[in-house]
Amino acid sequence: MTNKTIVNTQVDLTKVKPYGDTMNDGMVQMAFTLPVPYGEEASEAAKQLMKKMGFEEPAVVYSKDMGGGFTFFTMYGKCQHTVDFTAIKVTKVDVDVMDRVECQQYIEDNIKREVVIVGACTGTDAHTVGIDAIMNMKGFHGHFGLERYKGIRAVNMGSQVPNEVLIAKAIEEKADAILVSQIVTQKDVHIANMTNLVELMEAEGIRDKVILVCGGPRISHELAQELGFDAGFGAHSYAEDVASYVLTELVKRNKAAQK
Amino acid sequence: MKSKLNLNPQVIDSARDCAARIAESMQEFIDKHTTVSTERTILRLLGIDGVDEVETPLPNVVVDQLKDAGVLSRGAAYWIGNAMIQTELGPQEIAEKMSAGELDITKLPLASREEAEAKLLPVVMETLKRINEQTQKREEYISRIGEGRKPYLYVIVATGNIYEDVVQAQAAARQGADIIAVIRTTAQSLLDYVPYGPTTEGFGGTYATQENFRIMRKALDDVGEEVGRYIRLCNYSSGMCMPEIAAMGAIERLDVMLNDALYGILFRDINMQRTLVDQFFSRVIIGYSGIIFNSGEDNYLTTDDAYEAAHTVLASQFINEQFAVLANIKEEQMGLGHAFEMDPTMENGFLYELSQAIMAKEIFPKANLKYMPPTKFMTGNIFKGHIQDALFNMIAVWSGQSLQLLGMLTEAIHTPHMQDRYLSIENAQYIFNNARDLGSEVEFKEDGIIQKRAQFVLEEANKLLHAIEEEGLFRTIEQGKFGGVKRARDGGKGLEGVCVRDENYFNPFIPLMMGGVR
Repeated sequence: MTNKTIVNTQVDLTKVKPYGDTMNDGMVQMAFTLPVPYGEEASEAAKQLMKKMGFEEPAVVYSKDMGGGFTFFTMYGKCQHTVDFTAIKVTKVDVDVMDRVECQQYIEDNIKREVVIVGACTGTDAHTVGIDAIMNMKGFHGHFGLERYKGIRAVNMGSQVPNEVLIAKAIEEKADAILVSQIVTQKDVHIANMTNLVELMEAEGIRDKVILVCGGPRISHELAQELGFDAGFGAHSYAEDVASYVLTELVKRNKAAQK
Repeated sequence: MKSKLNLNPQVIDSARDCAARIAESMQEFIDKHTTVSTERTILRLLGIDGVDEVETPLPNVVVDQLKDAGVLSRGAAYWIGNAMIQTELGPQEIAEKMSAGELDITKLPLASREEAEAKLLPVVMETLKRINEQTQKREEYISRIGEGRKPYLYVIVATGNIYEDVVQAQAAARQGADIIAVIRTTAQSLLDYVPYGPTTEGFGGTYATQENFRIMRKALDDVGEEVGRYIRLCNYSSGMCMPEIAAMGAIERLDVMLNDALYGILFRDINMQRTLVDQFFSRVIIGYSGIIFNSGEDNYLTTDDAYEAAHTVLASQFINEQFAVLANIKEEQMGLGHAFEMDPTMENGFLYELSQAIMAKEIFPKANLKYMPPTKFMTGNIFKGHIQDALFNMIAVWSGQSLQLLGMLTEAIHTPHMQDRYLSIENAQYIFNNARDLGSEVEFKEDGIIQKRAQFVLEEANKLLHAIEEEGLFRTIEQGKFGGVKRARDGGKGLEGVCVRDENYFNPFIPLMMGGVR
């Protein structure tokens, strides 16, 4: 009998690792820079570092002298760790997403009045691309924004709106929901800003009266809930995702209030 | 040169003439007004610098006192000139005494305007000499150590810490960058003062301070000697302190400055009266100092659709060109902005982008156009992003752009890491070299997609300009015609800093700088 490696092509979901071209090969590509001068010592340092990260057979497939004592690497290695996919739980916004027409119908059937949504890019953040994508008529990537939804009044306050001003506007407009966009997340500036908004809303006594939603490329639903928001939307979210959540939640809360 | 796009020169002339009339009518408004920031700029140029014990810059201290006394309409220059006559002190000592509460310059005997002007003249000439020395130094560097080839590779650093910025900027220069822009911390455009001294804290960028300019200038001069190329420094003459930062840039030898009132109005909600007045003095300083200004039309395409709104970019470029003409800026110093921002899923999007980039170059042949990379449709898929940037680079070398703000594959993720910058520079160098003379080799099919696109955009821009002339620029902005953003004439930040000049107002720098006094 010859020695034969049995290749298992079936994934074991309790022990998942990266896939290159063979089940459980663990192949990972990485790119990073080390603050050391280019040369064989630099490559050795990169390989040792990958070993410490838990990779076997680390390989430097490319390295480049970036000058000033910095070296860039492209590397491959085989990951030794596994995760149990069957035990994973992620908190997500739990809602059946309706398209724009369905949302409009839903308002007509279940809410029967205009829904007011106030949105802003708050704090020092000047990047309105996210809030505009969700709120402005035009939307993004063929997904119309909330301004286009019949039955919704969307108030987009734009960029660098102080939390106090946003809250005042929400009160003035009798907003059903507030949308906060945070694009700039360098040095966690968004965390402090969003926490501050929740505290101010609590102090004003309106936190429970408004559905509070945040969004941005670095925002997750889990983070949002940790910070005291009702929901968080990350990358690849469109107006219909946000609208579906807000409308469904509004109806749910109204029903709860009637009981 | 024959137009490859078969653009009608009469339409170009019509649009340009119309933009000139728009700019001139706005200039009538500008010439009647001044602002707190314009007056602070005059003080800075008179040598007033430093801060008081609560970090308020002395130019602010002086202007605030004049404003509170209700006499700013005569201009800070008059009051300083008069105080110099009455006290025999220099501008800096006067400001320090005002800050200490030991001097009220509005309560001194009053000399005539002519006497005040004459007293200031030596100080003014001294500053002009200082700026001229910097201009000569730039020219001397370029002739001695040389400069990169166009399109210049333009990258940003944005660590928040000026000393860390220096490390990143020097690394970028060694990798091949020609222009380093130090991104400002997010909130600075809305501060109504310029912070002081070196700074090490910022969000998504670093404070523009005179000391930070000086630190980065020296670092780039040093690395420029090392790599044998003059490395240009860019910062932002924009926001509430637009002209003050232009003055700092002139004194510290910045080479490129973002400067665009429309950008501030639309995207920072700065009051339109305030920033249009500020822009004029900024551009006079920029023009005099040999700095290339960048306008911000590219931003319209991040809030509006790049295909649908292309004509608004062109119309705004025409207006920005004419504002620059009124400030006596040479064509070579006009870094009019545009961008590669169409949805990558659009069929033939590359053809439209190419058409528009060549159109901009044909219409503004001597300008040093600033071409901005894809940002809106960068997704976090860094591999695809690198290809989007490659298409952008291809169009830049093909159409002969000058200031190529390099796209980063990590655009949607973070401010650039060192390796991102290296990969972007390598991408651009590869394509620029590999396709160097593509533009002079290729002509376009008559009445094909590319020719027709440019002709259409030009026609639409011309129509928009005539509509703006009819309505007035203020009204047009109020209607949301640029970038799809509406701003009110009396809305936004900074209106309280605008005041009407009185009949004895003077700004000693404007006539001398516009007259090209060396």
